[in-house]
Amino acid sequence: MQWVQHNKIWAGAAALILIGAYAFYFVNSNIAVSMFSYAWFLAVPLVLGAMVGVMGERSGVVNIGIEGQMLVGAFAGFFAAAATQSVVIGVIAGALSGIAMGAFLAFSTVVGQLDQIIAGVVINIVATGITSFYFESGKTIPRGLPNFDVPLLSDIPLIGPVFFSDGPIALFALIIAFTLHFMLFKTRWGLRTRAVGEYPSAADTAGINVVALRLFNVTVAGTLAGLAGTYLSMEATSTFERNMSSGRGFLALAILIFGAWRPLRALAAALFFGFMQSLASQLQASDVVNIPQQFINLLPYVLTLVVLAAAAGRVRAPGAVGQPFVKGD
Amino acid sequence: MSEHTAYTEGPKVPARGERETLLEIDGLSKSFGTVHANKDISLRVDRGEIVALLGENGAGKSTLVKQIFGLMTPDSGTIRIKGDTARIKDPKDAIRRGIGMVHQHFQLVPVMTVAENLMLGHESTKGGVLDLEGARQMVRELSARHKLSVDPDAEVEDLPVGTQQRVEILKALSRQVDLLILDEPTAVLTPQETDELLGVMRELASGGTSIVFITHKLREVLAAADRCYVLRQGEVVGGVDDLTHTTTSDLASMMVGRDVVLRIDKAEATPGDTVLSIKGLKVKDDRGLPAVDGFDLDVRAGEIVGLAGVEGNGQRELVESIAGMRPSVAGSVHLGSKDITKSNARDTNNAGVGHVPEDREKHGLVGGYSIADNLVLNRYDEEPFAKGFIRDFGAVRNHAVTLREEFDIRSPNVEAPAGSLSGGNKQKVVVAREMSAKPQLLMAAQPTRGVDVGSIEFIHRRIVDARDAGAAVLLVSAELDEILSLSDRIAVIHDGRVVAELPGKGADRTEIGRLMAGDSDAGSDSHSPSH
Ligand SMILES: Nc1ncnc2c1ncn2[C@@H]1O[C@H](COP(=O)(O)OP(=O)(O)OP(=O)(O)O)[C@@H](O)[C@H]1O
Ligand SMILES: [Mg+2]
Repeated sequence: MQWVQHNKIWAGAAALILIGAYAFYFVNSNIAVSMFSYAWFLAVPLVLGAMVGVMGERSGVVNIGIEGQMLVGAFAGFFAAAATQSVVIGVIAGALSGIAMGAFLAFSTVVGQLDQIIAGVVINIVATGITSFYFESGKTIPRGLPNFDVPLLSDIPLIGPVFFSDGPIALFALIIAFTLHFMLFKTRWGLRTRAVGEYPSAADTAGINVVALRLFNVTVAGTLAGLAGTYLSMEATSTFERNMSSGRGFLALAILIFGAWRPLRALAAALFFGFMQSLASQLQASDVVNIPQQFINLLPYVLTLVVLAAAAGRVRAPGAVGQPFVKGD
Repeated sequence: MSEHTAYTEGPKVPARGERETLLEIDGLSKSFGTVHANKDISLRVDRGEIVALLGENGAGKSTLVKQIFGLMTPDSGTIRIKGDTARIKDPKDAIRRGIGMVHQHFQLVPVMTVAENLMLGHESTKGGVLDLEGARQMVRELSARHKLSVDPDAEVEDLPVGTQQRVEILKALSRQVDLLILDEPTAVLTPQETDELLGVMRELASGGTSIVFITHKLREVLAAADRCYVLRQGEVVGGVDDLTHTTTSDLASMMVGRDVVLRIDKAEATPGDTVLSIKGLKVKDDRGLPAVDGFDLDVRAGEIVGLAGVEGNGQRELVESIAGMRPSVAGSVHLGSKDITKSNARDTNNAGVGHVPEDREKHGLVGGYSIADNLVLNRYDEEPFAKGFIRDFGAVRNHAVTLREEFDIRSPNVEAPAGSLSGGNKQKVVVAREMSAKPQLLMAAQPTRGVDVGSIEFIHRRIVDARDAGAAVLLVSAELDEILSLSDRIAVIHDGRVVAELPGKGADRTEIGRLMAGDSDAGSDSHSPSH
């Protein structure tokens, strides 16, 4: 309730959106459920990607390699599952490959003090290279990750079928966004992470190990990127294609900014992007408007530009983002 | 080291040598490139002692204490804490060994609240959730106990430097420590707050805490310290084991190596035309509350007007508004005949306003730029520093070399980044830049913050010279002594308004003190209305 008082605008906007969504639901429940489900389906990798960004940037490390980390996750997950014929091993492999990519970014920038942008570019290039080079066509996995109903929650009208009848990674994305938000603003880890990302020398003089915290956060965030990739190749589809992440990692960065580096706002922003895309395909499918497919596909990117232009100047990045932490001597 | 310290007051403490040695430094050296910041320094601090470190700007005081706190690693030498010579790896290690520090360059997270800053690093949690209410309570308690008032929920970046200073001190006091290092804790405190802090220090010391105290205000050394060491160019050049018979001028000459005039002589002012004219100005603070509320003041050419007031009465907002850094909501500001009410910072500067901001790190300097570039930040695109749109680096360099000499900025060269300068030398860079532009109006907020006695003398002299050359000077300072010794006229600000104007000559400290506290009957009547 205190939150409502302090965030009147956000609370108001959330209430309006909810009312709008339910109004739509009561007018036409089938279309509403299918449109919102598709929006969430599209938003899942964006949410996970944005959380990778939150963890890194809140502790002062820019991660423009989310795209590459996702791609490797998709690749490793799919081919591990194909080789072992076990989706569980696939998911684990996807997550582990994300950790490895996260650790590379963490150690090269935090310990090696490699420029963070350059490290991210390296990740993206290497990811494209590896996943194309070792790509084998014709592999299959036994099945994709199954959808399931969460007891009770899946019975809620609209929200239930949209959020609580999906696969495990989608559910995980939802949980992680709330968890991360709570952890960032309510726990010791969160306070320290924010301090390290805003003003590392203040954290250092308060006895916090800046280097260790950055290493930890960036590495662990890699897991989320790996899972985002695994979602693409094993939950949303059950196939791997070259360049499968197709810009979602970068879109996640835009969402991170639009979401003002706050997990729940980023979740909302990701849903908004998903919904816009879902709306575009709905319009296309129902022949309401006749726009060439290419323009429809452009929509998310145009929206990114518009949204970022609107957000610019209104939101502020963590103070120390992009800067290596150097001691006094 | 044979002389015993004489204790004139306080509880009976065992004589030196009988007490435990808490900190012992032996042969410590540290250099940055060619600069020997510390050379073969040896000193000791016993339990329950207050030891002052004195020295000119750049003498190496901060460098020394940063090594004790694990922020820098010595090139050679040992630091022994309670007999333990193990290297102090980082601040975490220092904290573990019972060391606390107030940093000259505040170590506060700007976007966090006071309570969050205080709890950082030793957070208490309830079931995994940060106990913010507990932290607020801790701020309130500490703040009441030490009479350093702060709002636990204020965001640090919205606070004036004086309040940030209080937060920085409270942060150090919130942890139990055996050795407390205070690097210029009083630079922007008011005299009353300073007295409170000195009281707190003595209390802590009699409870067994050892204190290393760095300050440029010699009065404080005599009031609080048991002993002192004097540093010059990185070396310990002397010290006093018993400060009872020492005077401030003794200390000043030990530091600077010559006699220092602490009181300035100046001729009677001959004010000319009105340069700055402020009428009914209203400005809001960061939270949108009125800070400057119907402010009227004229400053004429050739006079120094001192603005006295308790911090937080609108001084900061007033200065920022005149400088074009903060919009006003009503009223006008004229520079001569020119209306600068709505001018931005750059236009105001070009119109002839020089501004020494209270927060040098944030508004005064670009830490990553060279000293030379910082010295022309206000004029880099003008002749002779640029020809057309091409910068003339030769001219910039020559200018810097001259100013460095003149203002005694201690640095290896003018190409070094301004961020690597010692605190007082950063201040000199800002003052040198603003004064060298020969502004019509010089607006100086805390112009001698963190500057050593020799340089204070020099800066004061230069401000008077600028006045004699016809500049109008508006001086804002927490230091009442500075206001009293420099001002030709004193305006007292309270609640965003001028409540009294009086001539500088013969102004009475206590009367001004009363006016600052909002007692409008001060001077005329002794029984004020009850409030
Ligand atoms: N990080 C650094 N890089 C390069 N030079 C430095 C650095 N820190 C300090 N110095 C230099 O070391 C010398 C001592 O600086 P220090 O900050 O210890 O002086 P100080 O005695 O604290 O002065 P002040 O009274 O002005 O605070 C100065 O010449 C300064 O320029
Ligand atoms: Mg210093």
